[in-house]
Amino acid sequence: MGRICFTANLQRHLPAPEASFTGRTVRAALEEVFAANPRLRSYIVDEQGRLRQHVNVFINDRPVSDRVALSDALADTDELFVFQALSGG
Amino acid sequence: MSDLLRIATRKGLFIGRRLRSGWQLEAPPDFLGQPVSNLLRDPRDGALYAALNLGHFGVKLHRSDDGGTTWAELPAPAFAKSEAKDAPSVQLIWTLVPGGAEEPGVLWAGTIPGALFRSADRGQTWQLNEALWTVPGREKWFGGGYDKPGIHSILLDPCDSRAMTVGVSCGGLWKSADGGASWSVGGRGLFAAYMPPEMAEQPEIQDPHRLAHCGARPERLWCQHHNGMFISDDAGRTFRSIEPPKPSAFGFAVAAHPEKPDTAWFVPAVKDECRVPADGHLVVLRSDDGGASFTAFDRGLPSSRSYDLIYRHAFDVDRAGRRLAMGSTTGNLWLSEDGGEAWTPLSAHLPPIAALAFD
Repeated sequence: MGRICFTANLQRHLPAPEASFTGRTVRAALEEVFAANPRLRSYIVDEQGRLRQHVNVFINDRPVSDRVALSDALADTDELFVFQALSGG
Repeated sequence: MSDLLRIATRKGLFIGRRLRSGWQLEAPPDFLGQPVSNLLRDPRDGALYAALNLGHFGVKLHRSDDGGTTWAELPAPAFAKSEAKDAPSVQLIWTLVPGGAEEPGVLWAGTIPGALFRSADRGQTWQLNEALWTVPGREKWFGGGYDKPGIHSILLDPCDSRAMTVGVSCGGLWKSADGGASWSVGGRGLFAAYMPPEMAEQPEIQDPHRLAHCGARPERLWCQHHNGMFISDDAGRTFRSIEPPKPSAFGFAVAAHPEKPDTAWFVPAVKDECRVPADGHLVVLRSDDGGASFTAFDRGLPSSRSYDLIYRHAFDVDRAGRRLAMGSTTGNLWLSEDGGEAWTPLSAHLPPIAALAFD
């Protein structure tokens, strides 16, 4: 079972606790989390299901390569990290 | 006159309240640290709406039913899911307005990219206005300042809320007589001298920065356009150009007197990419004769050089037409109690101000 955790910067907007997943793609893993926490969806992906421009997802130590369909494959032991590029002032 | 002012800034939603001792800014703001792109107080039921642009985490919409004590997140306007490669996504809620008095719960939102959304249930659900999204002519729209065109002004005729006018940067001015079921382009007479000559008068490429109408006579409509100031006597179907006043005819904000159709206010700036007050001297222009002449007022505004720009939604006149507020991109906020002739600073230390409105 994989593990997914979210940036602490999300926590001021809504609860986004660490979770586990069984899905075999990034999309499937995220959908499991969204099913349990529907509000979280619009913070991570836009209405077209694409990863938001300044949100990034790492699979262990590498960024996802498919930010549109989120088709990157996952293994049972993978860890997903969801965070954002801090910008602005 | 309204004793409460709401101020949407880059770092939160502030409240200014007029007490016996004068205006005071309340602290702390709601949504501290979060960019608030616009706000609405629905006069029909008192509900408050705050549109946020969280950047990383997208566009959000919140409503308060208890005067701002508590807020609840609502679904924000969004496009239907599509498999198209360049399927649209809402980047900004640029304006929020209530529907007519006879249709409680109806709200309209204008967004970037240039879409109009309608809610019939106080923001719980939103529907894209397909008629405007697909109207012939919109293929000529383009972004002005933002990557995509956007809808920043939505005017409803106070006597007939089915009569609508929307302003698009850059996409001209569009009118509906049937509550948004069908649309036709307005804005004949607007022109854009900066475009190729054969396109300068095309209504679909105009950049009206902001539209404002007189509530008592809504056919009198004022337009602060990228190319200057314009005035209409037929609710925006046709315009005539206003002779450029000193110091400038460029700007973003315009406010119309709610009762007197010949009175409106503008805040001029140096055109068009510089966007600071002419000679560093911030003034407010007021016309009381339908744009034939203007008076520049600066009492209470900075006496030393200033570089304040007033965004299109950051200028408001209250329902009595006497009290005004304006907020700048450098975080200055002023109020006037006498129709814009004298101004008093309420704060010089706010975040950049996107929008403000009297209750």
